[in-house]
Amino acid sequence: MSTAGPDWRGVASEHADEVTARMGAFLRGRSRRLLGSLLRPHRRGMLLAGLVIVGFDLASMAGPFLVKLGIDRGIPPLLHGGSLVPLVVIVSAIAVSAVIQAATDYGFTLMTGRIGQEVVFDLRGRVFDHFQGLSLSFHESYTSGRVISRLTSDVDAINELLSDGIKVLAWAVLTFVSVVVLLVWLDLELAAIVLAALPFMLGLSAWFRRNSVRAYRATREAIVLVIVHYVETLGGIRAVQAFRRQPRNEEIFETVNRQYADATAWTIRLGAVFGPGVKLMGNVALAAVLLIGGSRVLQGQITVGVLAAFLLYLRRLIDPILDLSQFYTVFQSAAAALEKLAGVLDEPWAVPEPEVPAGLPAARGELRFSGVSFAYREETVLHRVDLIIPAGQTVALVGETGAGKSTLARLAARFYDPTEGRVMLDGIDLRDLTVTDLRRAIAMVTQEGFLFSGSVADNIALGRPGASRDEIEAAARAIGAHEFIAALPHGYDTDVRKRGGRLSSGQRQLVAFARAFLADVRVLMLDEATSSLDIPTERLVQDALQTLLADRTALIIAHRLTTVEIADRVLVVDGGRIIEDGAPTELLRGSGRYADLHQAWLESVA
Amino acid sequence: MPVRTLRRLLPYVRPYRTQMAVMTLAALSALTASTAVPLVVKRVVDGPVAHHHHAGLITLSWLALALGVSEGMLLWLRRHVLASAATGMEATMRDDLYAHLQRLPVSFHDRWQSGQLLSRATTDLSVIRRFVGYGLVFLVVNTATLVGVSVLLVTLNPAMAALTALGLTPIGVAGARFHHRYVTVARRLQDQQGDLTTLVEEAATGIRIIKAFGRHDVVAADYRGSARVVRASAVETFRVRGWFNAVLGLVPNLILAVVLLWGAIAVSKGALSLGGLVAFISLLLMLVWPVESLGEILAMAGEAAAATERFFEVLDTTPDIQDRPGAYALAEATGRVRFDHVDFSYPGPEQTLVLQGIDVDIAPGETLALVGRTGSGKSTLISLMSRLYDVTAGRVTLDGVDVRDLQLDSLRRHVGVVFDEPTLFSVSVRENLMLGAPTATDADLWAALETAQATFVSELPWGLDTRIGEQGLTLSGGQRQRLALARAIVGRPRVLVLDDPLSAVDVHTEARIQSGLRAVLADSTVLLVAHRPSTVALADRVAFLDGGRVSAVGSHHELLTTVPAYRAVLADARHEMVS
Repeated sequence: MSTAGPDWRGVASEHADEVTARMGAFLRGRSRRLLGSLLRPHRRGMLLAGLVIVGFDLASMAGPFLVKLGIDRGIPPLLHGGSLVPLVVIVSAIAVSAVIQAATDYGFTLMTGRIGQEVVFDLRGRVFDHFQGLSLSFHESYTSGRVISRLTSDVDAINELLSDGIKVLAWAVLTFVSVVVLLVWLDLELAAIVLAALPFMLGLSAWFRRNSVRAYRATREAIVLVIVHYVETLGGIRAVQAFRRQPRNEEIFETVNRQYADATAWTIRLGAVFGPGVKLMGNVALAAVLLIGGSRVLQGQITVGVLAAFLLYLRRLIDPILDLSQFYTVFQSAAAALEKLAGVLDEPWAVPEPEVPAGLPAARGELRFSGVSFAYREETVLHRVDLIIPAGQTVALVGETGAGKSTLARLAARFYDPTEGRVMLDGIDLRDLTVTDLRRAIAMVTQEGFLFSGSVADNIALGRPGASRDEIEAAARAIGAHEFIAALPHGYDTDVRKRGGRLSSGQRQLVAFARAFLADVRVLMLDEATSSLDIPTERLVQDALQTLLADRTALIIAHRLTTVEIADRVLVVDGGRIIEDGAPTELLRGSGRYADLHQAWLESVA
Repeated sequence: MPVRTLRRLLPYVRPYRTQMAVMTLAALSALTASTAVPLVVKRVVDGPVAHHHHAGLITLSWLALALGVSEGMLLWLRRHVLASAATGMEATMRDDLYAHLQRLPVSFHDRWQSGQLLSRATTDLSVIRRFVGYGLVFLVVNTATLVGVSVLLVTLNPAMAALTALGLTPIGVAGARFHHRYVTVARRLQDQQGDLTTLVEEAATGIRIIKAFGRHDVVAADYRGSARVVRASAVETFRVRGWFNAVLGLVPNLILAVVLLWGAIAVSKGALSLGGLVAFISLLLMLVWPVESLGEILAMAGEAAAATERFFEVLDTTPDIQDRPGAYALAEATGRVRFDHVDFSYPGPEQTLVLQGIDVDIAPGETLALVGRTGSGKSTLISLMSRLYDVTAGRVTLDGVDVRDLQLDSLRRHVGVVFDEPTLFSVSVRENLMLGAPTATDADLWAALETAQATFVSELPWGLDTRIGEQGLTLSGGQRQRLALARAIVGRPRVLVLDDPLSAVDVHTEARIQSGLRAVLADSTVLLVAHRPSTVALADRVAFLDGGRVSAVGSHHELLTTVPAYRAVLADARHEMVS
């Protein structure tokens, strides 16, 4: 166990950072479409910002020219005792252009900043919504750490591009173009020398692009592993400490962290060759212009003034190129991030919304499985199940771990769609219902007692947003949670993530129950929902359930047969099939699986 | 204040001082080379070209080429060195943060949102990396340029230099104000981003519940609300930065105008030569870039200061559960466990006692069941055993030694745990199991898996090598619980702490586990949280917890007959069955 390298096999240990050329083109196209759709709403704003930056550019270009004018035209009259007026006019012009420059600078920064933040906001919302819409099987294989990484570090990379990148890009492109035009206008032949350097620069850019795409992709892959490991450690800190996992964890973390550092260093080194390389080529071009231009002056082909101006502007050409290269590295980082985000947004919702929804404003609660099969990771876990649960019936699902009980419930809650056959509510295929209609009708309580940050009341209210405090308390009272909640430091307002707010797993299950109670749905699915409760509390919950479920449909999965007592009907599931079906008393009298189970349970209680 | 905060980065920067020096020197030299080029050009125009001197032209062109090439090389050198130095420093800080978080007690993690901790490890550290790798270097370079140029200005014309200095004071004032405002906004933005990360994290980990209730809209509305707050703060940073940048751009240009006016009048009066004025103005123009970029650097420094503050907020928290001075290792333990007048309240302002006057003595090899209503303090009590929390008063002893006098590592080696929520790590099944027994053989592992009825492992794609946990194969709750049980028992620890270890297991499997488990439990001292008679049956004695106190201790049957409250908690099911 001392080696830091992975010695496990399976999901998520393999990741492809080499992408074929065709695949690369496909990925770029997809990213570009995403970017296009993000920027489209801001076309007018961007156009306006473009105008402002042109104003800025003109004002800042005017400065040196005005100074020259002041020296050439403003001072000579003074020397000969002439008027001060020309100088004052020029100096005022400098002041005015300085103010314009400052104002446009401020305006542009603010405008692009706003647009950038709008885009990031839009992107965050889109990706968040999409993740929420993706099916459970997607989340089971994608892991929460990856989701977090996409919505944090990838969005950050794009944020950086939009925050500083746009300004740099706009300014650099504008300067570059205007300087090239000036150079060509000044002297075509000298301009040709400068332009001869361009193919080399383009060659270097191509090299940089090829490598940096891989390098930035590597950083994206590496940061995911860092985040996933980090989040996992924080989530399981009790186990980490109890099992003295820290040294080994540090080993793993240092390995992935080092990978990320190396990938980042790689990107910086590529930039170190690219940016200064461009600068170097520009400098070589400048030396060449100096030599050839100087000779041309000596031969009387151009004037000194032209050469001086040419050299002055040539230096102004290199800065924007350098800025562009800087922009390019930020852009590459953002492009790698965009590629990952576009990939997520491209992921089809395995449980899509219907195109023509069948409305179901008020469900009765009849559930019907018709020839339903379901395969999970190429393994069939349900075999052609046919089942009708009339509205209002309480059904207990019994069977060993892995028999397919949870899958049945999850299909009924449409966490997954069946591989074959149909699941129907009131005769309507679940796939034809909108999420809103479906969730108004069906809810599920599982054994995991995850709490969201916020107060206890907030957590219960998730069952029915907008519920009043009285309704929340009534729900808590009904399932016997009121007592312990009231005893918390701030009662219902106790923050579950703050000091003293830590709830035991049993208490968290009670909160989950209160939430389900409040949700007031027609069909309720309980998957091992009482496993961590003590018996009196469980009984209290069951009493509440008996009232609650009187006129509702319920599917209850439980290992303890106490729960079965309140059921109208028992289904024994084994190997993905329903092997027994009947009223509990009826099944008890027989000699089937249920009678066996019941006997075993009686012995365990005794 | 920000300077003092940033100074705290020194220990992390120090190992790279050579690289920092090289980067700064390279940057200064590159700047010098690039400033020298216009001088060469001027010489070309004034000398060879004016005097038709061809040889001189060639020499100076070579000089320009040499300067240009060395500038390029120096720029490369700076960034090349930056690559390993900056990322190395960032990685070290991240390692330290992670290692520290692992040492901080559970009570710290109870009150810190993991999103806030995550954003410190990602966003904040990259802000610091960029500041150290770029901002710090150019802070030196720009300051050097400013000082150098100012000295030249003073030598050229003290009066106009004084005028310039006077003109620059508003920048100093604006800079100080800006810095203060920017640090405040940056800190707020970073905190809000941490909150946003928390929402993302919860939406990802709580996805099943969100789906079960179809509450995407609520969660998404929360997220959007929070993202909107972040957006507003981010725009605010642009406003502050834009305002300061505008000042930085405006002031030098206005100074230029005044200097031109003043200088021109001076020239007309013969107090100054025209050449002198031109030289002064060109030098003044050299000041514009360093002054302007100072804004960006100050912004970077502000963000870095806020990030550093956030980083050290965590690192400055001392782990209050750690080895005491003189703590020693217990090589062998008999396994006598004693809770001696133990009080406990969760750390915080509300000192509500969760446990009160707990007095329990457990003999080596004995199994004590803890029974009580939900929230009576059972799980809290057992988490004191392996010092996930420390007692508020009284003591917990192992073999008569206060657990706080033992080395943590040694204590936890003797105590095996199964939590109410089984946490498995994203490594192979084998590595997960061997956490409890570093020297176990495969045969030992299979024996433990057999006892815990977890032989499903043999059907996993790669058997014991299969990666599980969050990044591996998904297992059901029951499967995870059985693996966690196998992990706890494989090393045959002297003390076993089991928190309702069979809650997610079906009746048949439970019966099979129990027969094997009995033999294992016989060798260890066991603290067993139980909700069912079937689990209690594994115990020799039962302690009944009621409102944070042990109200009765005895055998299951004794308690059933003598303690009505106990009967209410455990016998209910049976009663119901009979009816």
